[in-house]
Amino acid sequence: MSTTATTTEAVRPAAVEIHGAHKWYGTHQVLNGIDLTVQPGQVAVLLGPSGSGKSTLLRAVNHLEKLDIGHVSVSGELIGVRRQGERLKELSERTILAQRSRIGFVFQGFNLFPHLTVVDNITAAPVATKRKTKAEAREFALALLDRVGLADKADAYPRQLSGGQQQRVAIARALALEPGVILFDEPTSALDPELVGEVLAVIKDLATSGTTLIVVTHEIGFAREVADLVVFLDGGRIVEQGTPAEVLDNPQHPRTREFLSKVL
Amino acid sequence: MTEPSLSVSTPADRPPAAPADRRPEPQAEADRIEAERIEAERTEPQRTEARRPLSAQRVIPLRHPGRWIVTVVVLVLVAQFIHGLVSNPFYEWSRFQYWFLRPVIMNGLVITLEVTALSAVLGLVGGVLLAFARLSRSPILRAVSWTYVWLFRSVPLIVVLLILYNASALYKTLSLGVPFGPGFVHFNESSLATDMVVATLGLSLNEAAYASEVVRAGVLSVDQGQHEAAASLGLPKGYQFTRIVLPQALRAIVPAYVNQLIGLIKGTSLVFYVSLLDLFGEVQNMGSTYPSDIVPLLMVATVWYVILTSVVSIAQFYVERYYSRGALRTVPPTPLQKLRAAVRGLRGRLDVIKAVNG
Repeated sequence: MSTTATTTEAVRPAAVEIHGAHKWYGTHQVLNGIDLTVQPGQVAVLLGPSGSGKSTLLRAVNHLEKLDIGHVSVSGELIGVRRQGERLKELSERTILAQRSRIGFVFQGFNLFPHLTVVDNITAAPVATKRKTKAEAREFALALLDRVGLADKADAYPRQLSGGQQQRVAIARALALEPGVILFDEPTSALDPELVGEVLAVIKDLATSGTTLIVVTHEIGFAREVADLVVFLDGGRIVEQGTPAEVLDNPQHPRTREFLSKVL
Repeated sequence: MTEPSLSVSTPADRPPAAPADRRPEPQAEADRIEAERIEAERTEPQRTEARRPLSAQRVIPLRHPGRWIVTVVVLVLVAQFIHGLVSNPFYEWSRFQYWFLRPVIMNGLVITLEVTALSAVLGLVGGVLLAFARLSRSPILRAVSWTYVWLFRSVPLIVVLLILYNASALYKTLSLGVPFGPGFVHFNESSLATDMVVATLGLSLNEAAYASEVVRAGVLSVDQGQHEAAASLGLPKGYQFTRIVLPQALRAIVPAYVNQLIGLIKGTSLVFYVSLLDLFGEVQNMGSTYPSDIVPLLMVATVWYVILTSVVSIAQFYVERYYSRGALRTVPPTPLQKLRAAVRGLRGRLDVIKAVNG
């Protein structure tokens, strides 16, 4: 991005911006007024006890969860809603799907399509959204598989792979969208301890390549090493946020200290 | 299985235990010892086996004498039953042979196949639509779908057929036009509602109610994570259903729907009551004309229905196998593959025996 922004051209929009996010499940409030900005190329790690709202917040970014109050924008574009005067109106499902196809999402439980081969899992979205021909998509998929170290598994079925391999395929599938931002929802929580490393290595590789990442995780070591921004949530609020050095090594809030003392 | 059995161990798979083998010896002496050992194993396999160290012995599988007894009893009963079928003059197999491929029976069979095929297709289409309605977010569609299924599962098929058969008395004409307003095109019910139409319509309406539950169960059996993954990738709605959800749902749908289809094949025998002469109708008809042939005629119907359901069951195996891709680490072998494997195994065993016996 050039630094000589003209008056008409605003500065580069934040990769992800969350404003005043509120969300209730029935009477239970899971998000209680969250504001968060993640700059392009940043790696943000969301920490917090279970039930703190970190997964819900992440899922709200690509509109898998609808916010009751507040809004999210990705690269300056409102997600799931449009602005009409002073009101926010929900977008059609088709438009929301189109928006999602620019946002990568990696699930805790992988959620690969078991009836499709690895390469078909990866090419499904680019082909179905008519962004690539079948041949182009396949070529791109093979390159992505090579990047996650699974070039030889292109024609395997997901259930023939280990958990770590499945999660790496899921990351390749998210990358096939050529997304501006990738969201990770506890990507290593369902893995055997010895498989965690191979998945974290792939995520680290993405982090250094300049992709914007938001990661919900319990891997404090990973957060310390890779994160630009660590956000600690509790009870649907952001308790504190800052660099790993600030939040992890010198937490200001007693709640953060208490949490870190348990997980470290 | 190319594994040698207990009594035919080849020299190659003996444990490298005997130190004598490793000591340098004249070749002739070694050959003699080996030949003696093979001979000993051939004549007294149990004792040679027992001489091996415990860690090198094959585990002798548990014997099941009870199973053998039950097998023998069942085989005797089956043989008795088959003998009865063949030898009992009551069945009149010569008359069976006379009727089995008669044109009149063939005509009935064609009607049965036509009604089954049409009702299966229309019923499935209707069932998918009803399942969609039931799974939709619209409370009206959900209620309509639920009520339809409730109604047609409650009323016996024969009653549905007879009501439709007599419907021309209830509705003299059918019109296409504005709802509650004027009609533009009018049909005379009696010209429209042929026996074939009444039969197919009745069976389809009934089939749709059951098919919708089968389809709905299949869609519900697909993991929620699959819907989420498809949504998170931004796959278009139609693609999500046809390429992601349906192929996985079909694993649950196929066995249940084939059950339903077999019920339908047999259910077509009721169309006789709306004066459509299907397989059973023709059999019934011929039976009243030739009362002495009623048993062979019923056997003709039985065998044809068995053939139809067998064809469907075989198709089911291959369809299920197709949709199990990815769900199972290895797909189950087809009967043909099993046969080939068995032949290979037998050949391998023969080769081993030949090798040991020289």
